[in-house]
Amino acid sequence: MAHFDPNAKPFSNKWMNERLGVDTLKRVLSTEYWIPKNINFLWAMGMVLAATFGVLLISGIFLLMYYVPTTKEAFDSVNYTIMSQVGYGWLWRHIHGVAASVVFLIIYIHMFTGIYYGSYKRGRELIWISGMFLFVAFSAEAFSGYMLPWGQMSYWAGMVITNLFSLGSLELNGLVEWIRGDYVPGQAFLSRFFMLHVLLMPLIIIGLIVLHFGTLRLPHVNNKDGEEFDFEAEAEKWKAGKRKESKVIPFNPVFLSKDVFVMGIYFIFFFYLVFYHFEFAMDPVNFDPADGLKTPPHIYPEWYFLWSYEILRPFSKNIGLIAFGFAQVIFFLLPFLDRSPNVAPANRRGPFKIWFWLLLIDMIGLTIMGKLPPVDPWSMFGTVFAYTFIALWIALPFITKMEKPVGGK
Amino acid sequence: MSNRRDFMGMALGGFAGLGALGALYAAKRTWDPLPSVKAGGFTTLDLSNVPENTLIVEKWRGKPILIIKVAKDDKAYKDKRLITVDGHKYMIVVGLCTHLGCIPDYFPEKHKFICPCHGGQFDAAGEVLKAPPPSPLVIPPFKIDGKKVVLGEEGPEYKKLKAAGLVA
Repeated sequence: MAHFDPNAKPFSNKWMNERLGVDTLKRVLSTEYWIPKNINFLWAMGMVLAATFGVLLISGIFLLMYYVPTTKEAFDSVNYTIMSQVGYGWLWRHIHGVAASVVFLIIYIHMFTGIYYGSYKRGRELIWISGMFLFVAFSAEAFSGYMLPWGQMSYWAGMVITNLFSLGSLELNGLVEWIRGDYVPGQAFLSRFFMLHVLLMPLIIIGLIVLHFGTLRLPHVNNKDGEEFDFEAEAEKWKAGKRKESKVIPFNPVFLSKDVFVMGIYFIFFFYLVFYHFEFAMDPVNFDPADGLKTPPHIYPEWYFLWSYEILRPFSKNIGLIAFGFAQVIFFLLPFLDRSPNVAPANRRGPFKIWFWLLLIDMIGLTIMGKLPPVDPWSMFGTVFAYTFIALWIALPFITKMEKPVGGK
Repeated sequence: MSNRRDFMGMALGGFAGLGALGALYAAKRTWDPLPSVKAGGFTTLDLSNVPENTLIVEKWRGKPILIIKVAKDDKAYKDKRLITVDGHKYMIVVGLCTHLGCIPDYFPEKHKFICPCHGGQFDAAGEVLKAPPPSPLVIPPFKIDGKKVVLGEEGPEYKKLKAAGLVA
């Protein structure tokens, strides 16, 4: 039985500690959660993402108050009611649209930082895997949200993406109709994607964020040299006042103050986009109401899905689907496909350095080709990039197996 | 003691498992298309005034239906998938590309369809001219009734095409 001091003042520090262990909680989660000193601004992307998710949640709550999830009214509730009737409705919409786009930019930076510094192995596998689940959950959240304004791009993206579930020659049309609740995207489809977007997917995302933070706590974050050191010993140095000697800093307030600085810069850029360049996140095609009898001349997804869409495009239906499926799952396997024990920045890892930059360039190439219409020479370049993507991942275990060991620093 | 505890555990697990299965089935059924959606949807097409080699678009179960009265000089005129109504040959297909469901555009001067999404091509009988679509445009269930065609009902001509494996 715990001891409760009858004289402790209600809600005083002592009173709270006896009931909720607030000091222990604060120590474990913030003031004695140690972060290496040897990092750069790229280590702030996690908190930038968390903050952007917060912005999406808040702007979403305000949009939800006037959005009407019916096929007849959805388009007008967004483009007329929210945009021109609701006071500052335009602000929430532009924040929501820009944040949905920018969050993927930061996710990609966050991912490629992890790949570059090898922050997905030697105890950090679960950080990578939970992060990939977050990527999938954010993709589902983005896609379901894109359905809601019920414009032409919403409708046709909904049509094309749900058709993927017929799984090519397996012809699972029953499954596609089950997902839609109709033969074509209609009211049932809009209602269920509305539910997914405002309830189920956000719940899953919040759960995954907690898991992602949890997987980080024991292995700690990586550093610029992939150096492995004794966090306990370094923490003791810090606590003993030898702050210069210590290789670590506490998460709160030291690391967080650096984070907040990076976030400050990020939000200047973010609100510049919201106020002056929101149109990049608002496809003009989606300002035509959904019409099941008219396909837009060129259907393309938002920029962050273009690379995987382009992998689908150059092949025949079944092979295309297999290639697409490959692209969706292969990143999950990164910790196991990288056979090298080295945790070091890519530029010290020989052939892996070339692999890293090729992958990045290839995915940028796929993204650009995915936006261009499917005619030569673009479709030819797209095909080359798609094959390169697959070849790079097949080559990864071999080139990392041959990699020479490199010391931390 | 442990036997009794095991029994309780198994009983709890069993009932919880049954409940979970039931809930899953209910969830699956909730996502099924409603009876009104499934029952609705017969469209009657009147083909008496259709001009040659011109695309006509109708709607059946929310999907576009593409109709072309195929001209005699068209390469596709002899295609077995064409439907003869009142002495004229028609292509009647669901206008969704069999690749991923975009609506292909018709170019009458070229006598072919080109899909705007991934560049697939079909001729005036709905046969594939260029990948990625894996199969011809789908012929919906139909019944010929004089100069009219009822979509959603399987008439003898449709059954014949289906038996020959030509509808999809």
